[in-house]
Amino acid sequence: MTEEIIIAGFGGQGVLSMGKILAYSGIMQDLEVSWMPSYGPEMRGGTANVTVILSNERISSPILSQFDTAIILNQQSMDKFEETVKPGGILIYDSNGITHHPTRKDIQIFRIDANDEAGKLGLKKVFNMIVLGGFLKIKPIVNLDNIHKGLEKSLPARYHHLIAENEKAITRGMEIIYQVDPA
Amino acid sequence: MKGNEALAEAAILAGCDGYFGYPITPQSEIMEYLMAEQPMHRTGMVVLQAESEIASINMVYGGAGAGKRVMTSSSSPGISLMQEGISYLAGAELPCVIVNVVRGGPGLGTIQPAQSDYFQSVKGGGHGDYKMITLAPFSVQEMADFVALGFDLAFKYRIPVMILSDGAIGQMMEKVVLPVQRPRWTEQEIREMSPWATVGRTKDRHNNIITSLNLKSDVQEEHNRQLQAKYKTIIENEVRYEESYCEDAEVILIAYGTSARICQKAVDIARHQGIKLGLLRPISLFPFPEAALIKYAEKVKGFLSVEMSAGQMVEDIRLVVEGKTKVAHYGRMGGIVPTTDEIIENVKNLIN
Repeated sequence: MTEEIIIAGFGGQGVLSMGKILAYSGIMQDLEVSWMPSYGPEMRGGTANVTVILSNERISSPILSQFDTAIILNQQSMDKFEETVKPGGILIYDSNGITHHPTRKDIQIFRIDANDEAGKLGLKKVFNMIVLGGFLKIKPIVNLDNIHKGLEKSLPARYHHLIAENEKAITRGMEIIYQVDPA
Repeated sequence: MKGNEALAEAAILAGCDGYFGYPITPQSEIMEYLMAEQPMHRTGMVVLQAESEIASINMVYGGAGAGKRVMTSSSSPGISLMQEGISYLAGAELPCVIVNVVRGGPGLGTIQPAQSDYFQSVKGGGHGDYKMITLAPFSVQEMADFVALGFDLAFKYRIPVMILSDGAIGQMMEKVVLPVQRPRWTEQEIREMSPWATVGRTKDRHNNIITSLNLKSDVQEEHNRQLQAKYKTIIENEVRYEESYCEDAEVILIAYGTSARICQKAVDIARHQGIKLGLLRPISLFPFPEAALIKYAEKVKGFLSVEMSAGQMVEDIRLVVEGKTKVAHYGRMGGIVPTTDEIIENVKNLIN
């Protein structure tokens, strides 16, 4: 099993930390992992993205041009990364702020209205965990016990009291993701 | 851990006595990590933000002169500022570790990863006939491992060691197994191991003077001869490289650092397509793995050097190969990394 993922959105949406939690959870499951962030000027106010690879085997290149799964959280990222999903791959997106919905017919498209849901729950900060939950529903490559350990590992101890809230958000994300047809 | 953080932690674990640096993207996590970790309370290691890169490298000169394990790190423009100091360190035969997390140039360039400082690292960079041992990590694990190795080589040969990384290896996170803590050397150990160090004159020996200045031409030439003899010993003993799928390869990719990671994937893909592709990864850039290249030069249809530069290492490959096989270059610049598709396309062109 090798899963090559791009997560892309605005700086501040928790894109990098979502990738980090997924990567640490992968380590807890004894997988090989790599986490390669965009660290450029785009991070300072624009788009941020991170490539996460989880695999049973040695990981060669941490930098990729095609992905099994793209998790897309704003329009700029949709414009850039829809075409990078491998044929037969998966695109997950939050429709908030999306003006041009994905059109590819050779991939599976899933929508998760995580931003709205986070607002309803009054938990804006766990928006990214709702999205992560959605991903894990579609691709259960890391089990929830290891996600818990991943959260413990990647969050500083002073935030450990928030782990339950994060897990609640993951569970909610699993419930609200749904498949859509290409636009 | 991020590559930069792993390197910083490895510095503490290597028994490093002092780190002197000045922030610059994409390597600022090194000092950031050290400042947060406060190794003064763990091992007594000093971490100091200097007023500039020039100050950093001269603090390294001072610390190294006292026989301490000292280091600095920067990224391309900062390393350019250090060149005078590096030449002095080489001239005075002082051991130290210098880390360059390379970004795109020339000038301020970009903050994205590049490999365009190859010439600067292996051909001198500063003035005078000198060399630095240059190690090129291609994983977070090697970022950690090469610190202690760098110090060992630096003290074995009394030479500055350059760890030539790049923005991608510095910024990425992977699994890493950290080395065990080595103790810092005691004053007594430094006196015994480094009798040249300026640690205060004792009754039983003369003054130690550390300088790169010698105005007598014959003495200076003799000093240069000794330096060259030392570099020859290093070439004979310290070549490091890794090869995969080279035995039956029609074409061999030559790449280090991030490019080598992408090439690994290109080899996997090419082999699935039935193309006999191999990868030879120089780990030490100086000394360069010449014998390995010569061994394969007569077996393959060609070598393809893959670099994040306009083509620097490829010149050394051509020097070694001396026309025995085709040597091509594929590179991206300015912070762009090559893709596997582009690499394979270039391999096909080379075969035809």
